[in-house]
Amino acid sequence: MNIVVCIKQVPDTTEVKLDPKTGTLIREGVPSIINPDDKAGLEAALRLKDQYGAKVTVVSMGPPQADAALKEAVAMGADQAILLSDRAFGGSDTWATSTVIASALKKLDYDLIITGRQAIDGDTAQVGPQIAEHLGIPNISYAEDIKLEGDHIIVKRKYEDRYHIIKCKLPCLITALSELNVPRYMTPGRIFDAYRNEELATKVWGVNDVPVDTTVIGLKGSPTNVFKSFTKAPKAAGNVYKPDTAEEAAQIIVDKLQEKFIL
Amino acid sequence: MNFTLSKEHQLAQNLFREFADKEVAPLAHEIDETERFPVETVEKMKKLGFLGIPYKKEYGGQGCDDLTYVLMMEQLGRVCGSTAIIASVHTSLCCGALNNAGTEEQKQKYLRPLCDGTWLGAFGLTEPSAGTDAAGQCTRAVLDGDEYVLNGSKIFITNSGWADVYVIFAMTDKSQGSRGISAFIVPANTPGFSVGKPELKMGIRASTACELIFENVRIPKENLLGKEGKGFGIAMKALDGGRIGIAAQALGLAQGALDNVIAYVKERKQFGKPLSKLQNTQFTLADMETRVQAARLLVYSAAVAYDQGQPISVKAAQAKLFASETASYVTNRAVQLMGGYGYMREYPVERMMRDAKITEIYEGTSEVMRMVISGQLLK
Amino acid sequence: MNINDYKGVFVFAQQVDNKVASVSLELLGRGKGIANDMNTTLTAVLLGHNNDEMAKTLIQHGADKVISVDDPMLEVYMTEPYAYALTKVIENYKPSVLLLGATAIGRDLGPRVSARVHTGLTADCTGLAIDEENGNLLMTRPAFGGNIMATIICPAFRPQMATVRPGVMQALAANADAKGEIEKFELEIPASCKNVEILEIVENKPERMNIQDANVLISGGRGMGTAENFGQLEKIADLLGGTISSSRACVDLGWTTPDRQVGQTGSTVRPNLYMACGISGQIQHLAGMEDSDLIVAINKDETAPIFNAADVGIVGDLNAILPLVEKKIAEIQAAK
Repeated sequence: MNIVVCIKQVPDTTEVKLDPKTGTLIREGVPSIINPDDKAGLEAALRLKDQYGAKVTVVSMGPPQADAALKEAVAMGADQAILLSDRAFGGSDTWATSTVIASALKKLDYDLIITGRQAIDGDTAQVGPQIAEHLGIPNISYAEDIKLEGDHIIVKRKYEDRYHIIKCKLPCLITALSELNVPRYMTPGRIFDAYRNEELATKVWGVNDVPVDTTVIGLKGSPTNVFKSFTKAPKAAGNVYKPDTAEEAAQIIVDKLQEKFIL
Repeated sequence: MNFTLSKEHQLAQNLFREFADKEVAPLAHEIDETERFPVETVEKMKKLGFLGIPYKKEYGGQGCDDLTYVLMMEQLGRVCGSTAIIASVHTSLCCGALNNAGTEEQKQKYLRPLCDGTWLGAFGLTEPSAGTDAAGQCTRAVLDGDEYVLNGSKIFITNSGWADVYVIFAMTDKSQGSRGISAFIVPANTPGFSVGKPELKMGIRASTACELIFENVRIPKENLLGKEGKGFGIAMKALDGGRIGIAAQALGLAQGALDNVIAYVKERKQFGKPLSKLQNTQFTLADMETRVQAARLLVYSAAVAYDQGQPISVKAAQAKLFASETASYVTNRAVQLMGGYGYMREYPVERMMRDAKITEIYEGTSEVMRMVISGQLLK
Repeated sequence: MNINDYKGVFVFAQQVDNKVASVSLELLGRGKGIANDMNTTLTAVLLGHNNDEMAKTLIQHGADKVISVDDPMLEVYMTEPYAYALTKVIENYKPSVLLLGATAIGRDLGPRVSARVHTGLTADCTGLAIDEENGNLLMTRPAFGGNIMATIICPAFRPQMATVRPGVMQALAANADAKGEIEKFELEIPASCKNVEILEIVENKPERMNIQDANVLISGGRGMGTAENFGQLEKIADLLGGTISSSRACVDLGWTTPDRQVGQTGSTVRPNLYMACGISGQIQHLAGMEDSDLIVAINKDETAPIFNAADVGIVGDLNAILPLVEKKIAEIQAAK
């Protein structure tokens, strides 16, 4: 079985801080990590590999530095790494990104594609289902458990208040939740292999390696654009009340909740 | 000259840091308090290949290098001195001796399961009357047919009781002094071999340091490691490697104390401002940090020299001497900066201070390190 | 694509168990305002089976028109039949704006459909407005874990699609007299759309929600006095569809579990409401919650630093105040 896992290198947003003076993001010194949902997807693929045997290919689109995320994936146990990197891909929104990735995947053999549900820097949750749409295969989002049964996959699909246990014929695409599992650690030896073993070297594909219409990718091909970005305005100073009675205190609170639509 | 870690070493360092923070640090306080051997952590390290880092894949190892091993020791030491020493004695001393002196057969039979995570190893050299003066060995090994018969005892043996296999030194010819010492591979389940009661230690309290007792322990002569009479050299060579590991453990302890105290002085307010605003704090931190960085350079350069096959006795001694004394200095200053809270067992720096002290003592005291270094200068 | 052919504001009316999701009513509330700004009408798209009652609900909450696709295959959500039906609605009616709730359904359906019709989709919006100059929809959303806000536009493609976070828009009160058109959109959904099989549906009402997922956090500190007093917090949290959280002190005291801890060594949270009860507000705690939209603090110590972070601070006895807050909330909810 061939499993392709799409991963994204993201800044660890829990480490992102705002410059209190300028209100801009301080990106310096913020570590880059494999997006957590994607890492859970990779772990799910590696477990299927352990259990049933499979070749696991990791694919990422990003700048050349994103190779570090692919190396980490190989050090966890992935068999092959492909980096989609080209200036022509830059500035792509989710539609254009999914178009590039789907075009690359058409060159690969796959029975199962796993992506993370969403990336912590963008939180869109769109690229996975959009890849599936471009490939014309079913997608199952929000997977919390994955089992293989012959040429079918059985997925526990999470909703807010329920699960659907869904059976789907391969090939299909699954988006994984970080709740799916606890990803394994790399091993030191595999880290060295990832960097030193020629056979595991990342394949870098540019726009000429991917059969894609260049008018629908990159900044120009993206349907959506960022109009502006800003940091939340600092809140106005709050009010402190010293009500005489508990009744009065409770009323102040409840009024505020109504004003803010919480009630 | 390039002082940057390679990308693979950086990624390995990330791995060890994450493992230390997630798996080791949460247990550090409890296992110190209760003097409990962290068997669950050891099992995790076995599974991840952490106990065979510098050894070849054909012997079950990870095929990395000594620098990678040192990076692990530093990260383990940063959060838990006990866990670090367990890994160090196994890797540097037990596996190191087997890797340096073992036959191909011995390596396949013993080194492989030690490196691939099946077994834990230990190393028995010290005796009640043979500490720094290792040549004063009283444990004896006598060849009887196809077997050696061992009698005697060892003390302060790390991983005792938990190890599956021990590298043991014993006199095969007392008249030859240090040239009469031989090394043996002793499986833990050999009849006549037993482990005594645990010693109560000041620090590294979650590692074991028991007595080993040999009462007519018969081992096949294939378990002689190296040639008869070559044991002292085998021990010294393993200890040279081990000292780099201890130096890295000490470096980690110093870094851990520094990290803790920096977080503390930013938060703790006295006289209306954080301690970090006081010049005494600032200057002390600067001295701590500078020594830690100097120790790191010595430790890493010793590991790189080891990987390059250079003679390392002096470099290892310098790294261990400086890093261990730095660990004691930095942990001591950390407690001082934190005042009464630093002295409380609720905060990790007092544990780190206790753990740091042993790094000046075991695998060669600071005095022995000075002998090694000056001996080179004056020869 | 001639974008001038696309008109009207459409809301995907999500239904589960034949009940309209509250986020869809919220979208109708906001969609009404947007439709007014665009001088156009508000349409709800209802995909389901036996839709009539739900369609009425949508009219009562502000929809000028409901397009109802009634088919047994749409009774329970499955990606492909829904994507097929919604795409056909878009192709037939050509809306300018299409809003979906940022739910486990909307965030699956939205991307699939936007890819199919080749248009942009902005995820998880918290603000929607119309650009007065050109009539484009301005879709504002948090990014980088909420550290920055970005306003996204989709100028050259239609419909302008957005998923909107539940709980940030205000639904209109139901108006039983509201009039609107209910149009049945006849559609043959090909059997091939059923490309997955739902083997089982399992209820999963988590005992306690993750504090980072909660829109409302009622949080207790050392000033709660006892572990038992957290029961009062639970009651208020339940009424508001949220959960409880706490300061580190309460975790250390064993009053709450570590998964409840807000702050530097716990979780960072950004709920719509963070009510800090008996929390003094040490800097480590503030770091974990200061980005909450509305912070209400109750503490008897008027010098507590929490009051510097609070939008509404009450100096008083929380044991007296909280039961009254609970009672008043219950009364207001009952009146709705």
